[in-house]
Amino acid sequence: MSIKLEHVYYTYSPGTAYEIHALEDINLTIPDNQFIGMIGHTGSGKSTLIQHFNGLIRPTQGKILYNGEDIWGEKYNLKKLRSEVGLVFQYPEHQLFEIDVLTDVCFGPKNQGLSQEEAEVEARKALEQVGIPEKLYKKSPFELSGGQKKRVAIAGVLAMNPKILILDEPTAGLDPKGRDEILDEIANLHKMRGISIILVSHSMEDIAKYVERIIVMDKGKVAFDDKPKQVFSHYKELEKMGLAAPQITYVMHALKDRGMDVDVTATTVEEAKNSILKALGVSVPKNEQKNLTDDN
Amino acid sequence: MIRDITLGQYYPANSVLHRLDPRVKFVGTLLFIISVFVFNTFPGYGVATIFLVAMIGISKVPVKFMFKGLKAIFIILLITVIFNMILTPGEVLWRLGFLKVTREGLIMAGKMTIRLTYLVIGSSIMTLTTTPNQLTDGLESLMGPLKKIKVPVHEISMMMSIALRFIPILLEETDKIMKAQIARGADFESGNLIQKAKSMVPLLVPLFISAFRRANDLAMAMEARCYNGGEGRTQMKPLKYHSRDYIAYLFVFLYLGVSIIFRIVGI
Repeated sequence: MSIKLEHVYYTYSPGTAYEIHALEDINLTIPDNQFIGMIGHTGSGKSTLIQHFNGLIRPTQGKILYNGEDIWGEKYNLKKLRSEVGLVFQYPEHQLFEIDVLTDVCFGPKNQGLSQEEAEVEARKALEQVGIPEKLYKKSPFELSGGQKKRVAIAGVLAMNPKILILDEPTAGLDPKGRDEILDEIANLHKMRGISIILVSHSMEDIAKYVERIIVMDKGKVAFDDKPKQVFSHYKELEKMGLAAPQITYVMHALKDRGMDVDVTATTVEEAKNSILKALGVSVPKNEQKNLTDDN
Repeated sequence: MIRDITLGQYYPANSVLHRLDPRVKFVGTLLFIISVFVFNTFPGYGVATIFLVAMIGISKVPVKFMFKGLKAIFIILLITVIFNMILTPGEVLWRLGFLKVTREGLIMAGKMTIRLTYLVIGSSIMTLTTTPNQLTDGLESLMGPLKKIKVPVHEISMMMSIALRFIPILLEETDKIMKAQIARGADFESGNLIQKAKSMVPLLVPLFISAFRRANDLAMAMEARCYNGGEGRTQMKPLKYHSRDYIAYLFVFLYLGVSIIFRIVGI
């Protein structure tokens, strides 16, 4: 199960005064069971790119292969592709429409052709995994809080059992606590379901903690595509793109510059702390270590 | 997919027509439409054609955009032509059962086609070279005298500009919700009429909710800035005539004069 993009170009409104080259020569492979972060400044083309993954947008040039098959081939079943590559849009709470939470989540599975009972099983499983308690199942989705709506909408896509789940800015408009909860749940989904997840964001802090690979988009091109540590080592270039490495990268570089022998590639607060303690020659008991990271 | 629908179809370019005062363009378009109906002979339409072609040239807008508007009136045009052809009495050219095509009918149909086509292209030139906001500003200023007879001119133009402002936003929103639902397996294309209507529910419910939310937000934002109607309100960019506007006025009135002379003389 993999998505492969070969020399993909996309142009908005070609041939008019409003022509915009949104994507230029994108080559990517999304393999199985990988947690990927996609990052880029507003207008860098990341939202356009992810809509190519499930065939919502047809590339102006280039090929998109899913399991080796061209998704724009003549008889390709796009509907099936869309149920295997789940896409959760930005502000997904704006797509809710049913009379209650459970029915809304059932919408996807039923479109896949499942019966009412089967759909409900999937819906319940998805709702449980995103942390929606059963007492809310019969409530109108419009009565929920922002964070809850977002979760219900994510469950709506998750209930279709996608092999790859793409989330566009799932933390937009949430407070820090809601943000951490959602991100933790997404990380859990990756572990529990063993699916590939692409997390789109413009915040490095959000992504650094979870993902194993980062794709950096800049002006419609892939600027970097590597492990987080490698990507963050280019923090000066990232700044030029209007992005930033996690704050901890700056702290570590500053410490190194002052002559402390620390690991500048640390991406999380915990790693950084251990590296600093090592440099100072101090060791800290395990349980205290955990408390410290919870504060970040 | 839905992005292709253009209503406020402004085409940005740097031309004299773009820079003209919207009031001039509005009055000019009106006079042009009148002239098309004043002209009654084919030499007359020749003059109108020269005027129209000149305007298209000056506007620097690609010609294919001019003809886009014609698609919308194609059916009306077709019906007009057919009815004019078969219902005008006169010298019969061709007969099929009770239907007969007359010479006068053909001429009439040709004239109507020219009139309707020019009417649409003429107004397209205006909408292509004027932003919707300029247009409503121009209308508000032109309708100014109507305030004396208690017509809420400012409110009407404010409503128009808000409506125009919201069209692209709602279109974009529709596009987004549609894609989100397609990603969840919704199908907006296949099925019979009832199934199609039903499949619109996942699109329309979120769309209405978002429209109400936006309207509410906008009302709140306007109130927070103490908006209270047109009384004593000034504009950020008040409309002001420049010399080119007077020249343009002179030009379109001359053109109308020509059309009236043509009509009187009977060419």
